[in-house]
Amino acid sequence: MKNKQLKFMQGNEVCAEAALYAGLEFFAGYPITPSSEILEYMAKRLPELGGCFIQMEDEIASMCAIIGASLTGRKSMTATSGPGFSLMQEALGFAIMAEIPCVVVDIQRFGPSTGLPTQGAQQDVYQARWGRHGDHSIIVLTASNHQDVFYITVDAFNLSETYRVPVILLFDEIIAHLREKVIFPEPGEIPVIERLRTSVPEGVDYHPYLPREDGRLPMSDFGGKHRYNVTGLFHDMWGFPTTDPKIVHGLLHHLVDKIEVNVNDIARTKEYYLDDAEVILISYGSSARTALHTVRSKRRKGERWGLLELNTLWPFPRSIVREKCEDADYIFVVEMNMGQTVNEVKKCVDYPERVYLVNRVDGIFITPTDVKNITRLIMGRGV
Amino acid sequence: MGYSIKDYIRKRFFPHIWCPGCGHGIILNNMLRAIAELGISKNEIVMVSGIGCSSRISGYVDFHSLHTLHGRALAFATGVKLSRPNLYVIVPMGDGDALAIGGNHFIHACRRNIDLTAIVMNNRIYGMTGGQFSPLSGKEIKATTAPYSNVDPSFDTVNLAIAAGATFVARTTTYHFNEIKEYIKKAITHKGFSVVEILTQCPTHFGRRNNLGGPVDMLKFFRDNTALLGSKKIKQNPDLIPRGIFVEKQLPEYTEEYERIKKRVKQK
Amino acid sequence: MVGMEDVIPSQIHKGSFMKKIEHKIIREWCKGCGICVEFCPKKVLQLDDEEKVVVRYPEKCTGCRVCEYRCPDLAIEVLVEKEDEKQAA
Repeated sequence: MKNKQLKFMQGNEVCAEAALYAGLEFFAGYPITPSSEILEYMAKRLPELGGCFIQMEDEIASMCAIIGASLTGRKSMTATSGPGFSLMQEALGFAIMAEIPCVVVDIQRFGPSTGLPTQGAQQDVYQARWGRHGDHSIIVLTASNHQDVFYITVDAFNLSETYRVPVILLFDEIIAHLREKVIFPEPGEIPVIERLRTSVPEGVDYHPYLPREDGRLPMSDFGGKHRYNVTGLFHDMWGFPTTDPKIVHGLLHHLVDKIEVNVNDIARTKEYYLDDAEVILISYGSSARTALHTVRSKRRKGERWGLLELNTLWPFPRSIVREKCEDADYIFVVEMNMGQTVNEVKKCVDYPERVYLVNRVDGIFITPTDVKNITRLIMGRGV
Repeated sequence: MGYSIKDYIRKRFFPHIWCPGCGHGIILNNMLRAIAELGISKNEIVMVSGIGCSSRISGYVDFHSLHTLHGRALAFATGVKLSRPNLYVIVPMGDGDALAIGGNHFIHACRRNIDLTAIVMNNRIYGMTGGQFSPLSGKEIKATTAPYSNVDPSFDTVNLAIAAGATFVARTTTYHFNEIKEYIKKAITHKGFSVVEILTQCPTHFGRRNNLGGPVDMLKFFRDNTALLGSKKIKQNPDLIPRGIFVEKQLPEYTEEYERIKKRVKQK
Repeated sequence: MVGMEDVIPSQIHKGSFMKKIEHKIIREWCKGCGICVEFCPKKVLQLDDEEKVVVRYPEKCTGCRVCEYRCPDLAIEVLVEKEDEKQAA
């Protein structure tokens, strides 16, 4: 412990520091509550480290700028919240289509619309997954405590580089503004995946969109020795527009399959007391803290409750959820929305009738008392 | 000159997508002459375009090419340039692309004075989508969305760019091919945000609907209805559309200023 | 794929200013808009039956290259070699 860096920080700052640990060199953003601290932190830290920070004219421009920067070979990120996240969707679709690695932090606040800007929520689970038009796949990660925020942020960059897909960090206002202990890993202590660059020499035909045998696409930086085309249109292996049905079909399947086939590689979950659990809570983000508290107090009373915490929300870790819930009598999904993740859980478990939503949607953080009361009602034990 | 612009294009995509007589090809032609005469390496050029007829230009040039979203080309280009200030970033845009959906990005890029070369290919119409009016169409013009004539007043690209802070602003037309070349050369070498507005003909949607004749007639219109700044012609007839370099000044450039901040912070 | 083999045979002749002038026209790229024909100061060019540009009066060409620079299809290239340059070589 002696050499480790023990800090007491805000979630937004932890996320920012972790991004720098992962090799972030470019940040573009626009102020919005409750994510502005990431923007401010980057404005201060990035020039110190030789990176670039720019405050753009809106979230649309921020998203576009990080895609441009990523194409030149720099790890790039932006951070926002609900309304700004909505504005980023079009460019996110472009990054998905053109397979450009980047990380987008969405600090969820209570919506819809301007909603309750300073109050937490977990209402963007579906927006993160389906905000763009057209079929596609994307990776969405989350965390419930600052240590995990650090790890999962580094992971976001690693997955983004590996799969050449934007990765969304779906934190919430409570985690973002909470201050708690975090230990920064030493450099090299946790893996950081660098961009895979092509080894094709200059003058030899380079195919920016022809996957290797392992499915990965080595990149060539803009400004480098290979000149190619990047477009949001369906494109061939050189990146040039095409309407050839075979190529279109192949590319769409590639975009979806590269994520969905690797769902188990991308799945990150945490288990608490699941081995003999009769009642399983499934939760993520700040509400997982409440869920864990509830599970621990139930255990102290001898009740066999457990928690499955999701750190990967999309692609939804179906087989893990199904397997863990096999023997449960009750499955309670604790989240601060009117039912988003709960639907995914119902889709993948053997007995969907055992799955219930435990939520709170009045802008107030869901407490262990709320969970206890709601679950008692559902289980027919009165209030 | 000992160059061929054919060395700067992706020949396999020709003949290009544009209609017969479309001015966009003339802009491509003379933009490539400008680049060839400057002798910039193809590897040092990034061309970023948006959506529309104009945006297809980036697919035809043998540079690093980024065909982005409607109106967002300058935002993508800002990311490229700030990340790699050594690159020449050229951003051709249509009039709707640059000044309707992309209007906010346009004025803010001007304000930052970031070293990008914006080329506004102004044909006063949305061609790709079939001839709707744009913010540069102007009153009285007919378009599919202004069948009884347009009530929307238009922007003046040059005045807008100057007011927003661009440090190089020029205007010419596709009739004046040598001006296209010279202004783009100056715009590329200018340190700071440069705007070259080029009036270009869309015979298919703008010309036909407004009884302006074919491409030849539209070029003659540009010849007869424009005049160089300060020329005798424009003094005699101030109603002509002025061409020329309206602004060319040196002010602190965004990426250089940011590099200065970085150096200052690191020294601490 | 369009390669240089699609260039129609170039015409070599002496223009009025003692230059060696060669017109390279990529027929397949020409869309017959007529801009080059109209604005050629010497009316050297014409559109043929298929609406493609052809060099009708090569001897009148001065090598000003206006047709090349104003061609929206990049279909015309005029190679101009001055006599004295040739002699020097």
